[in-house]
Amino acid sequence: MERKIRVLVAKVGLDGHDRGAKVVARFLRDAGFEVIYTGLHRTPEEVAMAAVQEDVDVVGISLHSGAHMTLVPKVMRYIEEYGGDLSEMVILVGGIVPEDDIQKLKEMGVDGVFIPGTPIERIIDFIRKRVPEKKRGEKAKA
Amino acid sequence: MRLQDIVRGLEEGNRRALARAITYVENDYPEGKEIMKRVFKKTGNAHVVGITGFPGVGKSTTVSKLVQKFREKGRKVGVVAVDPGSPFTGGALLGDRLRMEGLDVSKNLWLDPGVFFRSMSSRGRAGGLAAKTGDVIRLLDAFGFDVILVETVGAGQSEVDIVEVADTSIVVMMPEMGDDIQINKAGILEIGDIYVVNKADLGGAEKTVKWLKSMIMMDQEAVEILSKTSHADEYAVESGEIFERMKRSSDWTPPIITTVADRGEGIDELVDAIEKHFNHLKSSGKLKERRVRRISREVFSIITEEIRNILINEKGGSFREVVEMVVNNEIDPHTAAERMIRDLRTNT
Repeated sequence: MERKIRVLVAKVGLDGHDRGAKVVARFLRDAGFEVIYTGLHRTPEEVAMAAVQEDVDVVGISLHSGAHMTLVPKVMRYIEEYGGDLSEMVILVGGIVPEDDIQKLKEMGVDGVFIPGTPIERIIDFIRKRVPEKKRGEKAKA
Repeated sequence: MRLQDIVRGLEEGNRRALARAITYVENDYPEGKEIMKRVFKKTGNAHVVGITGFPGVGKSTTVSKLVQKFREKGRKVGVVAVDPGSPFTGGALLGDRLRMEGLDVSKNLWLDPGVFFRSMSSRGRAGGLAAKTGDVIRLLDAFGFDVILVETVGAGQSEVDIVEVADTSIVVMMPEMGDDIQINKAGILEIGDIYVVNKADLGGAEKTVKWLKSMIMMDQEAVEILSKTSHADEYAVESGEIFERMKRSSDWTPPIITTVADRGEGIDELVDAIEKHFNHLKSSGKLKERRVRRISREVFSIITEEIRNILINEKGGSFREVVEMVVNNEIDPHTAAERMIRDLRTNT
């Protein structure tokens, strides 16, 4: 049996807009993924710890607060601090992110950024493609 | 992570290693079996507490408050929370973790090194647990957690698999979930070592408590009556575990605890009841008894699974042959099975 793709859908920081995250979580479920939803107002540490304990393949961070440049790198740093391996974990950011920041986030190691209006099938296809790619990458390095 | 790193990591208390070990076990990788073999000797120390009940009664909220209380008592707590996986798409929305909020905001259950929380999809399996929940519990046990809380999927009336893995089973109810007839139906309401009526601040809680009380009383009476009938042995055989569990009521009357879990009311009483039950199991020798029964069933089901695999893989040809014969009305299914068993006996 093929290993199920596990996805953490996380809301981080003081932003209370969870509609998008819930809709994405629901559609990822229907796409056959195992989706763990964190609920609102998580700290970067909590999201990172959940990603490590749940051993997820994908961490999707949803933000509409404009704090992505601060919070996303923090989540990533804590994942590594807690022993997680970013080289085999796909990091996605969803929400309102200005064009300039998208590039910067990608340079930091974020795999994909999805702004409002993104068709959900693009996110699903991206996950299906990127998860095995990253895993293969890990094998190539070892 | 390599196998030896995971095994060493488990010994050293590395949570990342535990998380990966669970993934291997959950997906039935050969590494998973190897890990289980290596850590098995360290299992058997934890108190496994099952929490079951209908969807929405407050199981996850109760679990989070229990985690906090057990942490206050200095216990290390592992949690396995199972939510349903779709039998159609294989997908799942695992939403138990998000209830993990203690009452004391200064104590963060998500980051507490004495807490490990893992969400599991049932992956389409009926019964309330995932196929590998038992092994995941063992990993947490071997890792050194004192208490392991196992939350089932929101159970219907007959999802009673929790008794297969838990030392103590808690059935959570809430007011207005049906009348005394509902409460006396067979299935989930027969399995509680402890009953909880949550959301007790809603109207109708006293009625639910009253009906539960009378249900438990009648359990005890039923056992007395059944054990006096001439075919008492038959009951013991036919209803197996359930009869055993009813018999236990002769020296353990399941308490009914009323709680308002999100406010933490009644949780101290619940923790007391859980600990009392564990002590009762230990002092009465029932813990051993239960574990013997459980392991017998487990080994039995592994053997069944192995035989299935032999039939599918090694004996695939002759298996398809007899199936074909049944389809063509040449032989009946029993004769087909007898032939396959003869084949297995002579050729292995």
